[in-house]
Amino acid sequence: MSLVNFTTREITCKIVYYGPGRSGKTTNLQYIYGRVPEGRRGRMVSLATQSDRTLFFDFLPIDLGSISGFTTRFQLYTVPGQVYYNATRKLVLQGADGVVFVGDSQARRYDDNVESLQNLQENLLAQGVDIRQLPVVFQYNKQDLPRDLIFSPEELDDALNFRGVRSFGADCLHGHGVFETLKGISELVLQRLAAGSSAA
Amino acid sequence: MTTRLSPQFRFDGFVVGAANRLAATAARAVAESPGTTYNPLFIYARPGLGKTHLLMAIGHAAQAINPALTVEYVTLDDFVEAFHTAVGAGQGEAYRRGFAEADLLLLDDVQFVTHRRETQAELLRLVDQMQTAGRQIVLTSDRPPAEIESLDERLLRRVAGGLVIDIAAPDYETRVAILRRKAEERRAQFAPGVLDAVAALALDSVRELVGALNRLVAFQAVGDVPLDAAQARLVLGVRTIAPDAPAAVPPDPGAPHGPAAELRPPARASASLEAVPDEFGAFLSEVADTLTRQVEGWRQRVEEAVARWEAQGYRTARLAGLLERGMDIDPAEALAGFVADVERLQALETEAGALAEDLAADPVFRDPDAVAAAESFLARAREGVSPPPPPDAIWVFDDLVESAGNRVALRSARDAAAQPGAVYNPLVILGGSGVGKTHLLHAIGNLLLAAPGAVVACLSAQDFTDELIEAIARDRVGPWRARYRRVNAFLLDDAQLVAGRDRTQEELFLLFNHLLEHGAQLVFTSAEPPAAIEGFEDRLASRLAGGLVVQLPAPEREVRQAVVERLLGARYEKVDAELASFLAGRPAESVRAVQALVQRIEAAADARHAEPDVALAREVLEGAAPKPVRAASGVRTSGVSAGGFRSPEKSVWEWPDLGERLIEEWR
Repeated sequence: MSLVNFTTREITCKIVYYGPGRSGKTTNLQYIYGRVPEGRRGRMVSLATQSDRTLFFDFLPIDLGSISGFTTRFQLYTVPGQVYYNATRKLVLQGADGVVFVGDSQARRYDDNVESLQNLQENLLAQGVDIRQLPVVFQYNKQDLPRDLIFSPEELDDALNFRGVRSFGADCLHGHGVFETLKGISELVLQRLAAGSSAA
Repeated sequence: MTTRLSPQFRFDGFVVGAANRLAATAARAVAESPGTTYNPLFIYARPGLGKTHLLMAIGHAAQAINPALTVEYVTLDDFVEAFHTAVGAGQGEAYRRGFAEADLLLLDDVQFVTHRRETQAELLRLVDQMQTAGRQIVLTSDRPPAEIESLDERLLRRVAGGLVIDIAAPDYETRVAILRRKAEERRAQFAPGVLDAVAALALDSVRELVGALNRLVAFQAVGDVPLDAAQARLVLGVRTIAPDAPAAVPPDPGAPHGPAAELRPPARASASLEAVPDEFGAFLSEVADTLTRQVEGWRQRVEEAVARWEAQGYRTARLAGLLERGMDIDPAEALAGFVADVERLQALETEAGALAEDLAADPVFRDPDAVAAAESFLARAREGVSPPPPPDAIWVFDDLVESAGNRVALRSARDAAAQPGAVYNPLVILGGSGVGKTHLLHAIGNLLLAAPGAVVACLSAQDFTDELIEAIARDRVGPWRARYRRVNAFLLDDAQLVAGRDRTQEELFLLFNHLLEHGAQLVFTSAEPPAAIEGFEDRLASRLAGGLVVQLPAPEREVRQAVVERLLGARYEKVDAELASFLAGRPAESVRAVQALVQRIEAAADARHAEPDVALAREVLEGAAPKPVRAASGVRTSGVSAGGFRSPEKSVWEWPDLGERLIEEWR
């Protein structure tokens, strides 16, 4: 996906929330949806199972209006976390401008985080994308749970974030860290706008 | 290591107020007459007040006044780093000299000289050198010289000996003026009172002011309605106003006044600006801020590219148009495309330069929007440099008959052809009309042409002049020159004909030097020694005389014999030896005269439908058959009868073997 279309003067950023099942990806989007003024958000498409598990994916378009003469839109997606929906994850991941890896801070979900992270890397590689070249931030959700059940963001950074990308502790249910994460990934994505403009 | 002056930092973009008027005036004075007014000029100010802007503005203005001026801008850190690198590479002295020889040295952020004794010593030396040579040095710092820790006393004195001047924080009015100027630059319009309100905030650094303005520009760009003053203050997250702000901050009537007044949320403020945290609004603001910076970054990169390529003499209308249209295509692609076109032009220019130096200077190679025109220009140039006229293949060396008289000329010619440019260069062949100079010249040319890759030009001086005249008429002198400058050998027949033709001699002189320098063989023929020809330039004559000058004499008997036999042999199956001897025995000043003789005999024989013999030859050449009485009387005929000359030629030359007859009569 082209990030900037100079002819139509549009900027479109596709950001994908990735992570293991039940880590809080959809909750992120729901919280954002709740905070975006009505006129600026599109309909949130969410295909969920009866038990509120994401079956296909969530999609939330946000219209940021005209910034410096460019109509700017953000498209937020989530992927289904369950292992058997990998084909869907690949599909959603296509053309992503940035990825938020939503990790579950619970100690018992540690392996799921690792597995999902590996899966992210594999799926990106399958599309010819080097994860090191793609804007990625980490969000460690459920930091509101009792300390003895979870790892701290520092511990999770040590365990998962070996590339040292930006990371955020979060409690998506109450909105803590949700917009900080979105700001973080947005900044990285937008900074790439100028990355290719150094030819002369 | 010098940094290019930023095109944005010029005097016309520098807002002058009470706080910086003195500094700006001094800076202008220095720019207008570097090295004469305040030297060194030392400007100090807290960060963000425009030191660097003023410093670069001096550089721009000075260069605008005198484009030949050498201006160096460098920060102290870069200066030190590059100096260390230069010293490490053994280039320390060259590096010093590079700065000391600048007409105007702009040194930024010299406060970092603290505790760097070596750097201070270098700086001291530099200031001394530049002052002595009348060259200007301007320094900036974030503090006055006396407050720069552990600054060398001598350096302090030098600096204090010039003009030390500070820039204070801008006052309210200047802040408003700065904000208005920056808003105009960004083509942003604000509701009345917004900029005044921002200027009233406790932001006394220009950089902070511009940052605040950027934020407002970004926020307003995404909003549905223009910001008012109160909203602007809230967007900036400032809840107090500056102590020096005017008492009234229009136009929000509901807003409280006075110092340290707590601002109420504005009456029209949207929900996003209320006390409840507006996470989306804050997010939007940050995204807008980031995006605005990126777009500004594009603009800046394009502006820098414009400045860079213009400085190199290229037209930048395409990039300027991109700026005017507000980036309607990808600036990265546009810049890459521009660079690709410039590189293409450079390649074309190089090729044109190889054809002819003056072609490379054509403006067509400076417009990246007209690459096709440059290609077409070069194509025409290539056509213009079609191969030069080669030697005529009918003139071969083997047809030349060596005799005692022409031996030197022929052997020299062979040697020159065998080692082109190495032995006799130039080779000048002198001789009268028809002695075979042209034959020899073309024969040399054909020998030279046999070498692989040889490009041989062989033409008469008259043709050379004619070509030049046509090239001048068609404005194609460059390609015409190129046509000859790429040859391995240049052979010019009848060089005496260039006498009195100034432009031809000028071109010939230039060509001569070029070819000689490139090791090409030069051969000339001339009827007379060039130095003896009136109207032949001395510089050219002396160059021709500097090679080998050989004489091609009138054909001797054996040459004449060979020529006659070859001509008769070409026409008749059997050559009449007596006839050949008879004809060869007749004196002739040139081979051409021998040929004419043979042709006359052949024509007479053809008329009688017979083969030529001596009797016929005698009859044709001498009129009637010789009478015995005449031979016995020993009376010499003058060839003149009552009716005048019997022959167009003086009759004595028609006597058969005049020498033998004279001896016979003498006996």
